[in-house]
Amino acid sequence: MISDSGQYFLEIAFSGLTRGSIYALIALGYTMVYGILGLINFAHGEVYMIGAFVGLIFASLASLLGWGPVSLLLVALASALIWAGAYGWSIERIAYRPLRQAPRLAPLISAIGMSIFLREYVILAQTPDFVAFPALFERLPALPESLDGYLQAAELVILMVTLVVLSGLFGMIKFSRLGKAMRAIAQDREMALLLGVDTDKVISMTFVLGSGLAAVGAVMISAHIGQINYNIGFIVGIKAFTAAVLGGIGSINGAALGGLILGLTEAFATGYVSSDYEDVFAFLILVLILILRPAGILGQDRPEKV
Amino acid sequence: MKSLLSLAWLGVFGVLLSPAFAGEPLKIGVAGSHSGDLAPYGLPAKHAVELAVSELNQKGGLLGRAVELIALDDVCKPETATNVASKMVSEKVVAVIGHICSSATKAALSIYREANILVISPSATSPELTLEHQNPLFFRTIPHDARQAILQAQFAVEALKVKTAAVVHDKGDYGKGLALLVEQELRARGVEVLLVEGVTPGAQDYSALIRKIGRANPDLIAYGGYHPEASKIVAQARKKGIKSLFISGDGIKDPSFLKIGRQHAEGYYATSPSDLSLHPLNQKVTDQLKAKGQVPGNFGLQAHAAFSALAHAIEEAKSTDPQKIKAELLRLTTQTTLGPISFDANGDLTGAGFAVYQVQKGEFVDLHFSPKP
Repeated sequence: MISDSGQYFLEIAFSGLTRGSIYALIALGYTMVYGILGLINFAHGEVYMIGAFVGLIFASLASLLGWGPVSLLLVALASALIWAGAYGWSIERIAYRPLRQAPRLAPLISAIGMSIFLREYVILAQTPDFVAFPALFERLPALPESLDGYLQAAELVILMVTLVVLSGLFGMIKFSRLGKAMRAIAQDREMALLLGVDTDKVISMTFVLGSGLAAVGAVMISAHIGQINYNIGFIVGIKAFTAAVLGGIGSINGAALGGLILGLTEAFATGYVSSDYEDVFAFLILVLILILRPAGILGQDRPEKV
Repeated sequence: MKSLLSLAWLGVFGVLLSPAFAGEPLKIGVAGSHSGDLAPYGLPAKHAVELAVSELNQKGGLLGRAVELIALDDVCKPETATNVASKMVSEKVVAVIGHICSSATKAALSIYREANILVISPSATSPELTLEHQNPLFFRTIPHDARQAILQAQFAVEALKVKTAAVVHDKGDYGKGLALLVEQELRARGVEVLLVEGVTPGAQDYSALIRKIGRANPDLIAYGGYHPEASKIVAQARKKGIKSLFISGDGIKDPSFLKIGRQHAEGYYATSPSDLSLHPLNQKVTDQLKAKGQVPGNFGLQAHAAFSALAHAIEEAKSTDPQKIKAELLRLTTQTTLGPISFDANGDLTGAGFAVYQVQKGEFVDLHFSPKP
């Protein structure tokens, strides 16, 4: 038996882990792009938002066919992953690749422009209102009673899926050809190019991967919360970017760790202090860590390339 | 030249259409934002008063005198409003319908107070204007902001019989302002407020907060804010198995709350301005304004009601002495576009105001709750 306050602690911890998993999934996109290109992809939050809309559309279509909740969730996840991946690829081709040799400010402005464009596009093509997301998790079987007090089925699914996706990503980056090429480009793009790595293709794939991860997070959290609109990527994008900086931007492990730390900090700030101070604590942690370790928790201090 | 000509025409028509008046015209001011960003608030009020005045003049005016409107524009700026007020004083108006914005009204009242001019605002909702007793000659035909909070607290205590509550808001001007007033009113009625929390609109999820509320297990959750967060919070709470009742203000009374909240929104309480659209006088004035290509807007009907109440009081007082008019305003009940209205000792409206609604089977249903006197 766990005491009442112990149970409360665990409940808050699970809230934080769930929130942190989503941050981690999005933060990976920021950090991978930054690691390879030294670019902050400000349109990433919008890709997350588009992932949620695509998941909504395909899940609604599939539910017309009378599919079960598990297959609906899989359809939503798969469609969002592919669609958002395509968006990521196109964004890189349209907004960043032509500016590869330009001064660093140019792709930054281009990223902001892309972010605004995508948001306005969704307002016009879809709706400026909130729309209900199918409650894909509500029809899942209930958890055994021993777990029920601590976390909801939806949160368990989010945690498990995040775990599987992250392990897959880490394995891929460590062992696969693409992963090795990505790390090589992150170390030295020109040298990788000289050694025969198709850098353009690898960069494209990085965008596809990052966007897909964000879309997976978007579909899961939207199915849990039950509503989306064109603006959901904004605050979440800022938080995930914070998580990436916290963990050390450019570091894959750092993004995952930063996401979880940020999520837990926010949850405990709400649970034990006040939700008014949620953001205060989140950014206080950021400031403290950056004072102690300017490159982030797992970031490497690299001398600025001249 | 053209304007002079049309003025002349107006004079001719005036003579033709209205009965002959003896003596000086009775001047009434109408002040508010008649131009600029906030003109959509002020112009409909001016148009509605013009309509009421022309109708009254055709019927013989007030105390046998024609009513002349002095319309002045304050652009909703306090500094302009004091100039407007000084001008009203020099025009020797009997009373002023206005101003529109609370800040401008407050600034103007400092001038009117000195000059002993009676003021009725159709739209200034800041509670301090009446509740601090600074302006004995100030009335308004719109419920002040605290009214809604008071009604929520009254409903919670009298109808729902709650003992404990959690107050949550979205940290915004409207949401936080309302929620903190609700908190104050609940405490004043002996309800134990267990938690006061603010959420960030647009945040990913509120599960940590929901768990905190679940642990406190209040009878009532009062949320101050708009519908997207409200539907998110109530849905997450219901999924977590929290059975507390929910109440909010007019910020959630929107069709999309029902659409997004789905079955979780069932049973949610909301206070919102009473539906007056079925009132016959309301309908008539709206139609007349529309026939002139004008709209009642947000405050047109309140302005019309303000003028009706004022005219009624002047008629009964048989005088233009502000103290006598005030006494009549406090005594009389007037049939207006807002239904029958009267004023309390503070100068606030009694009668028309807010109503309590509940979501039942996917619709907001008026519960016809009236608090104990």
